[in-house]
Amino acid sequence: MAELLQFIFSGLTVGAVYALVALGFTLIYNASDVVNFAQGEFVMLGGMTTVFLGLAGVPLPIAALIAVIATVAVGVALHRLAIEPARGAGPVALIMITIGASIFLRGIAQIIFDKRFHSLPPLFGNDPIRVGGAAILPQSLVVLFGAVVIVVLLWVFIDRTLLGKAVIATAANRLAARLVGIDTRRIVGFSFAVSAAIGAVAGILVTPVTLTSYEVGTLLALKGFAAAMLGGMGNAIGAVVGGILLGLLEAFAAGYLSSQYKDAVAFLVILAVLFAMPQGLFGRAKVDRV
Amino acid sequence: MRALQRFGVTVGIGLLALLSVGHQASAQIKIGAVLSVTGPASFLGDPEKKTLEMYVDDINATGGVNGQKLQLIVYDDGAKASEALTFAKRLLDEDKIIAMIGGSTTGSTLAMIPVFEEAQVPFISLAGAIQIIQPVRKWVFKTPHTDTMACEKIFADLKRRNLTTIAIIAGADAFGKSMRDQCVAVAPKAGITIAHEETYGASDTDMTPQLTNIKGKAGVQAVVNTGFGQGPAIVTRNYRQLDIKLPLYQSHGVASKQFISLAGPAAEGVRLPAAALLVADKLPENDKQKLIVEYYKKTYEQRSGQPVSTFGGHAYDGLMILVEAAKRAGSWDKAKLRDEIEKTKDFIGTAGIVNMSPTDHLGLDLTAFRMLEIKNGDWTLVP
Repeated sequence: MAELLQFIFSGLTVGAVYALVALGFTLIYNASDVVNFAQGEFVMLGGMTTVFLGLAGVPLPIAALIAVIATVAVGVALHRLAIEPARGAGPVALIMITIGASIFLRGIAQIIFDKRFHSLPPLFGNDPIRVGGAAILPQSLVVLFGAVVIVVLLWVFIDRTLLGKAVIATAANRLAARLVGIDTRRIVGFSFAVSAAIGAVAGILVTPVTLTSYEVGTLLALKGFAAAMLGGMGNAIGAVVGGILLGLLEAFAAGYLSSQYKDAVAFLVILAVLFAMPQGLFGRAKVDRV
Repeated sequence: MRALQRFGVTVGIGLLALLSVGHQASAQIKIGAVLSVTGPASFLGDPEKKTLEMYVDDINATGGVNGQKLQLIVYDDGAKASEALTFAKRLLDEDKIIAMIGGSTTGSTLAMIPVFEEAQVPFISLAGAIQIIQPVRKWVFKTPHTDTMACEKIFADLKRRNLTTIAIIAGADAFGKSMRDQCVAVAPKAGITIAHEETYGASDTDMTPQLTNIKGKAGVQAVVNTGFGQGPAIVTRNYRQLDIKLPLYQSHGVASKQFISLAGPAAEGVRLPAAALLVADKLPENDKQKLIVEYYKKTYEQRSGQPVSTFGGHAYDGLMILVEAAKRAGSWDKAKLRDEIEKTKDFIGTAGIVNMSPTDHLGLDLTAFRMLEIKNGDWTLVP
């Protein structure tokens, strides 16, 4: 029983990280149909900038704030300098641009920061919370809570504000959106900014658990992307459920089957789900009206 | 003391060479090096290159060796074995080097061995794997300790504590896998039983399921983690999170201050084997290696402005073994040089005390590793 509980805790810890990263994919995807593969680098930038400002003596809350602002600036720059000039291109070309941007950002980070691993102090200390023979770190709960808060904010934003509706409209039909007076260029740029902010916050929250380095983004983005696909690309609740499900799958596979094949087991399940439900668990099936 | 004497001899020879410079137009001795200065193994190649450049400059400033100055030719293979091979051929065919230092990685070294064996040029590798010197190849030597020695060192410490049944948790990276294989291979001889094994991915962020299984395994008396990078830090944190009371051993792969800072308070009580260089300031005064490791640490840190690493130390050992051999041979004849390298005895390097022989082209024994325990966020020597 204690074992089962520990595996669940492990799944939640890892899953919450995936969920936070997966959330970053949703908004850009909603606004532009682009899967932004530089999302992992936003996560890395958030964590690394905070670490290095902290090392330079900046108090951590201020360092975190500056890190978020800096990452948003990078997100906006990515849109202005790379995505916007290629606006006529299809989603595949745009996705390739984001992959290029991710390699570029990793290279820059390697020079500006360093190649070592770094950590941040957790918000509520290192002492694990013990329940029924199992233990979970408070920071894991912080990450989980952060994911929930971001989901709620995104939901309020998309469903309750005019700007959010404009994002949906832009995603649905860019020409029609422009005809009703929406500045689609600005909407897509805005979605990059918000996604960068979500990525940066994710990076800051997960660093005490996962540690961070200049190349941590690639792997986080891969798992986050898998989680987003599982939950249904573009759906915020799906991203969180997908992330936590992926984390639990890995933990159970490692605990009950074999730690050697845990990733394979997790991806097999994802494949099976996507075979049965190609849109993911919470994705809307696309209906083309004639 | 020997090191000081040697230093004196070097300076003496240098002065003599300076005096005789007018009489003799000395051709430069070309020494080749293929190092992974950039790319994923740059943490190896970068300090190695800096070290070689530093000490070749020093040797030349004191007049070179056997009256001839050294010319160092460094190529960067970016940790790609195919590139290493290309550069090795260029060093031999075009640059016509007398001897070779390097091959930062095992992959690069193994790729280059055949051409050096064929060209009959002495080759001192700076890579870890035991396959480089087993079987013994006539022209190939190496300076760093092997993973096998790290396993043996850990097992020896376990035996001293009367612990014989262990669990291994291995990282799925090249280093973690290789060391796990070596540990499994030498365990029976050391009288150690491996009761349980777990692995984790190199980028995993939580290892509590694996550790829960280890915790639940009856009879396990200690846990050994073979791995590199951030994985061992997370294993250590999770280990304390689950409140496992068994002794935890890490590998020499994480023997850096970075590990202590990443694992935080969880690192308390962790033991690991490491080179003397890391604890230069903590070695007792009568330690044979103390003088040399402190001297190298000081030189490297002053001139490069970076903290010393064992990898640069391996390059220092390689260069000095070569230079000493050339002095004993009295010439830069390749065959004589090779024979003298093989005869290296009581050479005090940063990695340990080197005693080579025709059957041992590494020449280090278990005393090269020190068993460390982390106490109060710092290393302490386990007696």
